[in-house]
Amino acid sequence: MCGNEAMAESAIQAGLDAYFGYPITPQNEVTAYMSKRMAEEGRVFIQSESELAAINMVFGASATGKRAMTSSSSPGISLMQEGISYLAGAELPSVIVNVMRGGPGLGNIAPSQGDYFQAVKGGGHGDYHCIVFGPSGVQEFVDIMPLAFDLADLYRIPVIILADGILGQMMEPIVISKKPRPKLPPKDWVLTGAEGRKQNIVRSLWLADGAVEQHNYDLQAKYRQIEKKEIRCEQYKVEDADIIVVAYGIAARIVRGAVEKARRQGIKAGLIRPITLWPFPSEQISKTADELRIFLVVEMSCGQMVEDVRLAIAGKAPVVFWGRPGGGVPTVEQVFEKTRELTIKPNKKK
Amino acid sequence: MMQKVFTRPRTLKDCPTHYCPGCGHGIAHRLIAEVIDELGIRGKTIGIAPVGCAVLAYDYFDVDMIEVAHGRAPAVATGMKRTNPEKIIFSYQGDGDLAAIGTAEIIHAAHRAEQFTVVFINNAVFGMTGGQMAPTTMLGQITATTPEGRRADGQGYPLQVSELLAILPGAIYIERCALASPSHIRKAKAALKHAFELQVKGAKGLSFVELLSPCPTYWRLSPADAMLWIQNEMTKVFPLGRLKG
Repeated sequence: MCGNEAMAESAIQAGLDAYFGYPITPQNEVTAYMSKRMAEEGRVFIQSESELAAINMVFGASATGKRAMTSSSSPGISLMQEGISYLAGAELPSVIVNVMRGGPGLGNIAPSQGDYFQAVKGGGHGDYHCIVFGPSGVQEFVDIMPLAFDLADLYRIPVIILADGILGQMMEPIVISKKPRPKLPPKDWVLTGAEGRKQNIVRSLWLADGAVEQHNYDLQAKYRQIEKKEIRCEQYKVEDADIIVVAYGIAARIVRGAVEKARRQGIKAGLIRPITLWPFPSEQISKTADELRIFLVVEMSCGQMVEDVRLAIAGKAPVVFWGRPGGGVPTVEQVFEKTRELTIKPNKKK
Repeated sequence: MMQKVFTRPRTLKDCPTHYCPGCGHGIAHRLIAEVIDELGIRGKTIGIAPVGCAVLAYDYFDVDMIEVAHGRAPAVATGMKRTNPEKIIFSYQGDGDLAAIGTAEIIHAAHRAEQFTVVFINNAVFGMTGGQMAPTTMLGQITATTPEGRRADGQGYPLQVSELLAILPGAIYIERCALASPSHIRKAKAALKHAFELQVKGAKGLSFVELLSPCPTYWRLSPADAMLWIQNEMTKVFPLGRLKG
């Protein structure tokens, strides 16, 4: 099973009621897999006429209390931004998988991490956040799906999974957990027809004087809760490190190889890998920062997450960026070289 | 003894609306509410409000309601109806919403034979944003963005959405009515009832009712003259009657 299919199966096992999608490379395995498996399960699959329609079908299904998701790749995710803003405004749980490819524009179909800003900083209009995950292997891609649906329901928020072309296409053995999921609050806000109760309304429009301002404060209070409780981050050989490489997703996988190699050659390198990109592990990164260390941020872009790392470190340590955009995939050798270069101590020179 | 012979439908809330004097939305709302009451489906109906003058429809209909992005109602309705086939889903959309920005969504909902009901309010103008040209604006009609009157050359012809949809096998019932006189309004009610009944029966496709509706404010006409303008002018381009089913 490739990453795309494994993720899809995991979503189905997490209780997905409806999948809506539109073909785009490199995530076509998802739509194909869903078309077959959702029919087998007697659940809903629709190949929509556009990504705009797909995200609005998610909007409709979610408003009735169903678990709904869509997947796409970068240009298609751009088209969904209107819908994602409305999902955030109307507080509708939903899961959106972006198997990122090179951009801007039509770009190419090679793996990329160029959509970090779009996912983490908003993307659509208005003051809002989505929970954003950046899995770095097929097993993690699989493990995140039930969690993503649970968090979406718990906080009534859209959850974005930022994968990339490599993760979508690569094959690894996986286990889909059968562990029981936590109990979630009842969805008493959903639209089911107003039989025996007062009317429910789902909306993102608040015209009364000051109502949108208050709605925004309420959203922000929810975001602060999420920041408090839902940050996920991996630290690897950080304690004694002279250089800490920060990377997420598939780039972090490559970085791990480079860190191992550096250690074998006597360079004290470590890795910090944000698993949630929003909320961002600012505190975890900040705690490791001091003037004796250097931070290297590696991304498959021209440098996006590096801005959040710099904000977290707030000048307490030097932060260097290295990356490759537009479908360029860093090699272990390249990251190792960069690590070595940054840790050469000038005073050791003769 | 006093007997109550006329009252507000249960499905319509007892509150003033924000609509202009002579606007057709109030009539259309009432007809839909009467149909929902008569079919006894209030408890399983979900309505979809558009972006446009009727964006606040959720404040007037006493059923579960959702407010959605401009033009996307048919996609939202698709997501709802497919996951809840036993519910009655209707979208209520104006001509900017359905005939301009939402053309893809309505055509593909019909194309997929989605089993919900669409009420399409055609008043030949964008109301909420200040009376700009709509795709359904009549030739020669003066609007905020056609100060010299709409010209076919450069601004196109009035878009006949019902005729477009009628060629699709997935649209099983399409009728155009007018809210332009008591007899027209009675016919509109019958059409709406038929559309909802088809959905209740589980008919396999889209039911769609277009209502030519007065906008005295942006037509710069009195409410009475607006009714006459529908009868004498609009129906020339948008002929009334059942197009399908």
